[in-house]
Amino acid sequence: MTLPEGTPEKRPGPAAPAERTWQAQPPPSPVSPVFDEVTRQRAKEVIARYPVARSALLPLLHLVQSVEGCVSQAGIRFCAEALELTTAEVSAVATFYTMYKRTPCGEHLVSVCTNTLCAALGGDDIYARLSEKLGVGHEETAGEPGTTGSLTLEHAECLAACDLAPVIQVNYEYFDNQTVESAVELVEALQRGEKPRPTRGAPLTDLRTVELELAGFTEDAVVAAAAVAGPSTSPETLRGNGIATDRGWAAPALPDEPPALPALPEKS
Amino acid sequence: MSPDILTPVLTSRWAEERSWTLETYERTGGYRAMRTALAGHPDQLIQLCKDSGLRGRGGAGFPTGMKWSFIPQGSTGPGAKPKYLVINADEGEPGTCKDIPTMMADPHSLIEGCIITSYAIRAKFCAIYVRGEALHPIRRLRAAVAEAYAAGYLGTDILGTGFDLDIVVHAGAGAYICGEETALLDSLEGRRGQPRLKPPFPATAGLYASPTVVNNVETIASVPYIVAGGAEWFRSMGSEKSPGPKIYSVSGHVERPGQYEAPMGITLRTLLELAGGMKDGIPLKFWTPGGSSTPMFTAEHLDTPLDFEGAAGAGSMLGTTAVQVFNETVSVPWAVMKWTEFYKHESCGKCTPCREGTYWLVQILERMVHHQGTPSDVDTLLDICDNILGRSFCALGDGATSPITSGIKYFRQEFLDLIAEQPVVPRPEQLADVEAEQTLKLSGASA
Repeated sequence: MTLPEGTPEKRPGPAAPAERTWQAQPPPSPVSPVFDEVTRQRAKEVIARYPVARSALLPLLHLVQSVEGCVSQAGIRFCAEALELTTAEVSAVATFYTMYKRTPCGEHLVSVCTNTLCAALGGDDIYARLSEKLGVGHEETAGEPGTTGSLTLEHAECLAACDLAPVIQVNYEYFDNQTVESAVELVEALQRGEKPRPTRGAPLTDLRTVELELAGFTEDAVVAAAAVAGPSTSPETLRGNGIATDRGWAAPALPDEPPALPALPEKS
Repeated sequence: MSPDILTPVLTSRWAEERSWTLETYERTGGYRAMRTALAGHPDQLIQLCKDSGLRGRGGAGFPTGMKWSFIPQGSTGPGAKPKYLVINADEGEPGTCKDIPTMMADPHSLIEGCIITSYAIRAKFCAIYVRGEALHPIRRLRAAVAEAYAAGYLGTDILGTGFDLDIVVHAGAGAYICGEETALLDSLEGRRGQPRLKPPFPATAGLYASPTVVNNVETIASVPYIVAGGAEWFRSMGSEKSPGPKIYSVSGHVERPGQYEAPMGITLRTLLELAGGMKDGIPLKFWTPGGSSTPMFTAEHLDTPLDFEGAAGAGSMLGTTAVQVFNETVSVPWAVMKWTEFYKHESCGKCTPCREGTYWLVQILERMVHHQGTPSDVDTLLDICDNILGRSFCALGDGATSPITSGIKYFRQEFLDLIAEQPVVPRPEQLADVEAEQTLKLSGASA
């Protein structure tokens, strides 16, 4: 066995690393230039709605998505700065929820319900046909994102319109009782830049306008009023009602005046 | 005298012209209950709700009045904290489609319910958490809230009573798990929607760690009618333990799917008669009484009363009364696979049994449906379910096991037949891979 010569103290130590200076990171821009003064003002309004500021995060993510068509790194930084959170905290939230898209979306978002009941009634066939026709898969965009007629396709979980199955949503407006043929027609019309009327909901706009609405803002009061008036019931919705009317069925009549409230319970 | 077969109460305004406006709502008796309520003492309203026997319409059926009474009151200790009312409008349980039409057609009934409930529990801030995909209901609710503010029914010193209330309509962002009340609260606080360990329950530490009531849309929309009609009126419908009217959403292979509001306890036989029977006369195979998380039923349960006790007594749950009807053409293993894919997608990832379990359940079911199952798969499925049930924070994991265990309970032979149907060479793709690998090795060895 050979031992190194001398005592350990005499051996030369490891060479000290050369001193390196690190370039100071430029401070992050106060707000990305993508977001203008109007958006900043809106962010303040959203925050003011809640007792605790952080509750505004989900609406703020809808807000930045309305500006950029997706939630980008700049959007995440915007939300983080508005709420004094870290970008990691905002990213953790943005990536958790299905409706926040990480890549730019088309003019319209086409969501086909493929949950069990819709699928059994034709939803799976509709999704397969649209996917084939558009040449895209789940959360992929046909056409240049943002341009007229560009479409992002997704298969969605239950859209809570099971009595009207199979259903499609375009920008979260309902197109009920679809077939493969009607779905293809719908998509072709959208690609031509047309805006077919939904079965229930407001006249179609585009995904960005709808994201702004989800954040709680509308651009035009007249358009907003018309949107509220969009149809909400279909024959299916009113079926039980209709049968009750036809057969003279009703709930026991309410009294003319509300009855007296019960006596105050004794303090226990 | 027993009530009629259908009793539209919550759905009574839906066919009215411009049913969603304040004008229609007030013309048809709306906001009168609010005046009665605000003239009374909050504790009288809690007592009324208890007397009525109203139970939560979101699935669990917890007595609503009791939930309200758990909120600590008083000027010191926990009662001194602000209190909150949160409405769970994150409707997403497969099959469930009752709250969205309610909020679209009659948003003011929910808002009036929120005012009365907030007064009863002494809350000054109420959030209505609506799932983000429900855009039109969000739009209608916001318009209705604006109308209510303008009429002086919301804001400060409502109708001169000194009671203040603000309502915010909050849009979610696409996560089924946020229908679980503690996940909803985390989401409303601007976090990932993941359930909290209970206790503490929301009644003591809910939104912003303050006392909070979380109730479903249909529950709170029932409150104005209970004030207007009284507990006896409400109890004149339904059964002793499950009183009141309920919206049954009938969907699937029936001639006339739709919304049917009836006293609690109606049977599928009656609902099918009203819905025109099975579509094209193809016989019933299986159905869910209240969404995919409630164990499925078969034709032998046609006369099971659909109330909390009836459904539980027959081995399922009432859930959200989302009656999904499937006929003989639908494969049970396929349907179970589709539902399991849903639970896998929506599992929030917090608890290992649910996160990993749903992943593996999907793997097994998918390969089974693609004719590559093995004889031990049924037992493996049941074993995994046994390891999920009761071992996660929230009910999503439990719900994920319901379609599988109930599907195997009633249709075990169909699963076994599907496995037996597999090709002579088991797992042909795998075999091809193995062969290719061997060829590669042989050619490599000879080189």
